[in-house]
Amino acid sequence: MEKAQKTQLMRFANHVRQGVVEGTFCAKAGHPGGSLSIADTLSYLYNVEMCIDPQNPAWAQRDRLVLSKGHACPALYAALAEKGYFDKKELRSLRHIGALLQGHPDMKTIPGVDMSTGSLGQGISAACGMALSAKVSGDAYRVFAILGDGELQEGQVWEAAMFAAHHHLDNLVAVVDNNNLQIDGEITKVCSPYPIDAKFAAFGWRVIVLDDAHDFDKIDAAFAQTREPDGRPTVIVQQSVKGKGVSFMENDAGWHGKAPNKEQYEQAMTELRAAEEKLEVE
Amino acid sequence: MAEVKRIATRESYGAALVELGKKNENIVVLDADLAASTKTGMFQKQFPDRHFDCGIAEANMMSIAAGLAAAGKIPFASSFAMFAAGRAYEQVRNSIGYPHLNVKIGATHAGISVGEDGATHQCNEDIALMRSIPGMTVINPADDVEARAAVFAAAEYEGPVYLRFGRLGVPVLFDEQTYHFEWGRIVTLRDGSDVTIAATGLMVERALQAADVLAQQGISARVLDVHTLKPIDRDTILKAAAETRGIVTAEEHSVIGGLYSAVCETVCGEVPCRVKPVAVMDVFGSSGPALDLLELYGLNAETIVAKALELME
Repeated sequence: MEKAQKTQLMRFANHVRQGVVEGTFCAKAGHPGGSLSIADTLSYLYNVEMCIDPQNPAWAQRDRLVLSKGHACPALYAALAEKGYFDKKELRSLRHIGALLQGHPDMKTIPGVDMSTGSLGQGISAACGMALSAKVSGDAYRVFAILGDGELQEGQVWEAAMFAAHHHLDNLVAVVDNNNLQIDGEITKVCSPYPIDAKFAAFGWRVIVLDDAHDFDKIDAAFAQTREPDGRPTVIVQQSVKGKGVSFMENDAGWHGKAPNKEQYEQAMTELRAAEEKLEVE
Repeated sequence: MAEVKRIATRESYGAALVELGKKNENIVVLDADLAASTKTGMFQKQFPDRHFDCGIAEANMMSIAAGLAAAGKIPFASSFAMFAAGRAYEQVRNSIGYPHLNVKIGATHAGISVGEDGATHQCNEDIALMRSIPGMTVINPADDVEARAAVFAAAEYEGPVYLRFGRLGVPVLFDEQTYHFEWGRIVTLRDGSDVTIAATGLMVERALQAADVLAQQGISARVLDVHTLKPIDRDTILKAAAETRGIVTAEEHSVIGGLYSAVCETVCGEVPCRVKPVAVMDVFGSSGPALDLLELYGLNAETIVAKALELME
């Protein structure tokens, strides 16, 4: 990937992270850890991979994104705001009474949100429905879904996995955000979904392993492999760092569903702004 | 008198889907390994490219239906009421109800008239569950004519609809030529001034029988066919509450959360009146022939008459 593009993607991801910290701080609630781990994924999807028109969120032929791990919506909202779907100032009223930005994604009111999610396991099925609709009508759009690794404990995910392969939904790309942590701790200690890649392969999916979800060259290489349909749905199993970009949140399950206090907010923003400035110098 | 034709409303559902499929290519049908029983198999035969068997995975099916609707299709998702409303309740609530997506749920084999399969498959709680979801329309037709009309009306309507059908053949009560399904409006089958019998689904037939028995005793019973449980037709119910001595509700559903509840919720703040339920009285069903079970659980004209007489006291 060219340096200029990479810098642009890194800056977008940095802004998404700042939006996550800002939003959860203002809300005094929310899920920063799993939001920060998908910031780079969203940057790539919204700037490179997906065919979208922020001026026309309901465009029928747009690519769709279903955030099946709906609790990571602070990152989705920040990405949508950064793309111009709505004003960035909305991020500051996340989760407030009467706010546009609900605690989990609401497709009815938030421009750019393709599916209401939040109850884990359901988004991937809805993504299957969208992909199936495209097959029925001969539409060319693709459907992307982002799942948590803990979410794989929901049986419905595997019902959907079976369905997608059976119906040859090769216009569907699932991303499993494998940050190895869920609310109660390490996924291996709670109820291990491993091996994730072999499970999807056994269900008939094309599996792409992305060993660093924060390296844009690797992200680019992974998504490049999704573009040629081969009759199978595709899953990218991405190894990510929960809380990525904020030193004290990284790899700590405690930051799954907790907002930063004033001091933590300031430290996080200082770190993220420093990272952004570093990008500009480079 | 000529023999009355009996048709199960699930048959009506299958037939209506085929008609819809011919008219609108956005109609797609989902099933969960019960296509032969729910009668979506009729649609599958005509439109194999628009019928998708999801296998025995009702939760997944409901969320897939949501995705199809989000992408502009009009999906009819079918299973037995127990699994459509029960097993997949949370998917219906969160993936379909909350975003108010244009999904039609065709739930067959509702109530105890499932018969021999017994309690595990006899859903007497689905109306309660579906009624509790904001924005959900709940329809429980009484016969073949009404069932087909309801399916057509649901396809025209933009938003989630729960359609409740039965396994058991029920008599055709309405004349196709004159019947008009009005969205959310009760059909007043008989006018009457003493008591009101508000019935839904297969209990409408029994309500008419009960009205005949009451007429022989000089009691004038108003008979209401409440095909739509939500939104409930408040005007017609409040009028009955004001003009008659009380209301007997008759439903093949739990006494909790169904028609009895809907009528009580409607009258108690506006025109308080006595309301007596004929329903499944907070118990599970059991195995047996459907008609025998309806008798066993008191879902018959006799019980309706007894309740009406209590209101006359």
